[in-house]
Amino acid sequence: MGGALLLASAQFGLNRVICDLTVHSPNVRQVHAFENLRNLLSRLYRHIVSNDTVLVLVVITALAFDFTNGFHDTGNAMATSIATGALPPRIAVAVSGVLNFVGAFLSLTVAATIASGLVATGKVTLTVVAAGLAGGIIWNLLTWLFGIPSSSSHALIGGVIGSTMAAAGGSAVLWHGLVSKVVIPAVLSPVIAGLIAACGTWLLYRITRSLAEGARKHGFRIGQIGSACVVSLAHGTNDAQKTMGVITLALIANGTLAKGSQAPVWVITCCALAIALGTYIGGWRVIRTLGKGLVEIESPQGMAAESASAAVILLSSTFGYSLSTTHVATGSIIGTGVGKKGAQVRWNVAGRMATAWVFTLPSAAIVGATAYGIAYGIGGTAGVIVDLVVLAALCGLIYWRSRATKVDHSNVNAEWSGTVAPEQVPAQATAA
Amino acid sequence: MSWINLTALWKIVVFGLIAGAGLPALFAGGLYSLSLGPNRVRAAAEGGDSDVLVGGSVAGMVVAAIAFLIILAAIGWCVYEIYTLGHPAPAKK
Repeated sequence: MGGALLLASAQFGLNRVICDLTVHSPNVRQVHAFENLRNLLSRLYRHIVSNDTVLVLVVITALAFDFTNGFHDTGNAMATSIATGALPPRIAVAVSGVLNFVGAFLSLTVAATIASGLVATGKVTLTVVAAGLAGGIIWNLLTWLFGIPSSSSHALIGGVIGSTMAAAGGSAVLWHGLVSKVVIPAVLSPVIAGLIAACGTWLLYRITRSLAEGARKHGFRIGQIGSACVVSLAHGTNDAQKTMGVITLALIANGTLAKGSQAPVWVITCCALAIALGTYIGGWRVIRTLGKGLVEIESPQGMAAESASAAVILLSSTFGYSLSTTHVATGSIIGTGVGKKGAQVRWNVAGRMATAWVFTLPSAAIVGATAYGIAYGIGGTAGVIVDLVVLAALCGLIYWRSRATKVDHSNVNAEWSGTVAPEQVPAQATAA
Repeated sequence: MSWINLTALWKIVVFGLIAGAGLPALFAGGLYSLSLGPNRVRAAAEGGDSDVLVGGSVAGMVVAAIAFLIILAAIGWCVYEIYTLGHPAPAKK
């Protein structure tokens, strides 16, 4: 934007010079040279201004996605602590928000840019990125409305793949990369996390079996807070980087940054803020499903689940797998239900979730492709603007729908009655 | 190109079990040894659901403190590792 301003003032100055010259000096060649220079600058100016508009729109959309990423995933870290009462709901989301913010600064290697290895990056334009982000946001909000913890990373990947396919055809998608980097880890990671959480749960109950029930609950609540904090930190490190990668990719595609550049500080700060704010707003619907819907959780189970999630997320990102925190957290919570004698896993809720996971990639891809189609049909900056207006309208509609069955910090722990939104009960009943 | 990285997979499972189940188990062990001592016997005699964590045995408290310190050190080390991995030193020319 600064460059555009500079160019505009340079043009203005040149115009003055040209006027002066035509009046005071009859040197035609000199005037002509200045006119050429001015025309060149004005073409450059138009080019930069139009692209800058799209770039700014892409950055805003990316930050919006980061925000939905934050509030969709608050539950991954905090659902169990909220369900067992280890932390009051509003404190829990605030702590998680702060740790997500810190986590975003913890690691700065934007190695796992979302598109690399999945689509032919040469085919990715700003419009493709904007359309892909739109796909991710819509799917995140829809699953939130139904209280289904689905993967934000898959939503983003699906959206970008859909818009890339619409722009450049199926050959622009690296299918092998998609299966080995996204699909297989998505199937394996919840199983591994569940296994670890089940072992952990069994061990915790076994070791503390001679403790009084109250002492055990008290002790593990403290441990649970610690482990949930580590998951929040890991989430910030993992997920904020994905958006940083997208924005950096857009800046490089636009020529603002040199190829292979690191994410600039303002990108890191904005992404950290967006994900922290989203986390703080709290996706109460998803928190409720994770904390109350899947398994009735006690504090030792909560600690086992969060420790398993933290270990799997951090280890796999060390080995270069960027996997979905949601899949891991859900697998862990189911694992704690399996590992405790007498605990009951609501497999129908788990099944509904698994179905949503299967549909995440294709659904986000369809939205991404449609968004690209709209932008391409209208063309240019106007196309992207229309896309984002439609996106904003749809988001508003989903939010308005969610108001009818409100879930927030006050009723997030109400008895599970088979639905995301608790049945309308008198106030004193929900407070219990 | 392989579809699945088996080396990374078993490492994630083994180290995951050590860190993800082992550390909480250590925490549980810490809670157990913390609870040893006269308070616990008294609480058991009185019956009811006590939520007192400290049993009063000095040895138990020391063991518990060591267990909790190991866990904190492990978390601190892990955060440090992420930080160093995420901020690679500029390559020497």
